[in-house]
Amino acid sequence: MDYLALASILGAAFAVSFGALGPAIAEGRAVASAMDAIARQPEAANSISRTLFVGLAMIETTAIYCLVIALLLLFANPLLG
Amino acid sequence: MNSPLESEALFELGPIPVTQAILTTWVIMALLVLGAYVLTRRLTLRPTRWQAAIELIVATLDTQIAETTGARPAPYRAFIGTLFIFILAANWSSLLPGVEPPTAQLETDAALALLVFVSVIWFGVRGDGVGGYLKSFAAPNPLMIPLNILQSLTRVFSMFVRLFGNVMSGVFVIGIVASLAGLLVPIPLMALDLLTGLVQAYIFAVLAMVFIASTVADGTSKQSLTENQKET
Repeated sequence: MDYLALASILGAAFAVSFGALGPAIAEGRAVASAMDAIARQPEAANSISRTLFVGLAMIETTAIYCLVIALLLLFANPLLG
Repeated sequence: MNSPLESEALFELGPIPVTQAILTTWVIMALLVLGAYVLTRRLTLRPTRWQAAIELIVATLDTQIAETTGARPAPYRAFIGTLFIFILAANWSSLLPGVEPPTAQLETDAALALLVFVSVIWFGVRGDGVGGYLKSFAAPNPLMIPLNILQSLTRVFSMFVRLFGNVMSGVFVIGIVASLAGLLVPIPLMALDLLTGLVQAYIFAVLAMVFIASTVADGTSKQSLTENQKET
């Protein structure tokens, strides 16, 4: 049994799962407050949703980083050679 | 399963290995250039149907640029518009069977992000001169110089990883679902990919515009900035 490979697979799974937690919470909060703002001020919906999209992309980047790390562990692992 | 981080060469052109991403990129580039040339060859005051469509696209780009940054769109229209349309075409090229979007490869995204990095310097120097551009690193105060230099590198890196991660994960998930479930099952995921592709192209263009505009604004003094705003 190769423990390094096992640890890499576990590490990749944990990276994706925990890396999805934080951004999910953050995106939920961001969308919720954007909805709140649009409900208060419907005429500003255009600029709010534009800023929201850019912000969501920024938040999503953290999840994408975790995904890239997981893929590195699975496909380009420097330890396994 | 193939690693999404590597790409295989289709054939060799002299010493240069040509991958599928390069081939798709050049086909998209040729189509865009040819299309732009053919459609703008005969511009008339009373627009034809095609000209009206093209004008609609350009006007939309202009409003987006003006609304996100408050800058006059004319100097940035060509770069930002090309960036947006190319990334959109690249992301949506996955609709054609057998074609993998070139933005799902690291190299294409790295090249695009490098373009943004260079264009930030170019527009910064053109807008404020070399001194003004260097001064933009000392904004808001000289203590921030190392952080600003670091930021100018990391934001480009994050742009490129973001585009790569989003497009590649879409392709990857479709590949997994198609190999597990069958031929027609990934269609809803592909529809989702269309949305992701559009949003990512939009975000890449908007972020490039924001970076350029913030560099130009940091380099100019307060007074000339208000003059600029009066012009717009």
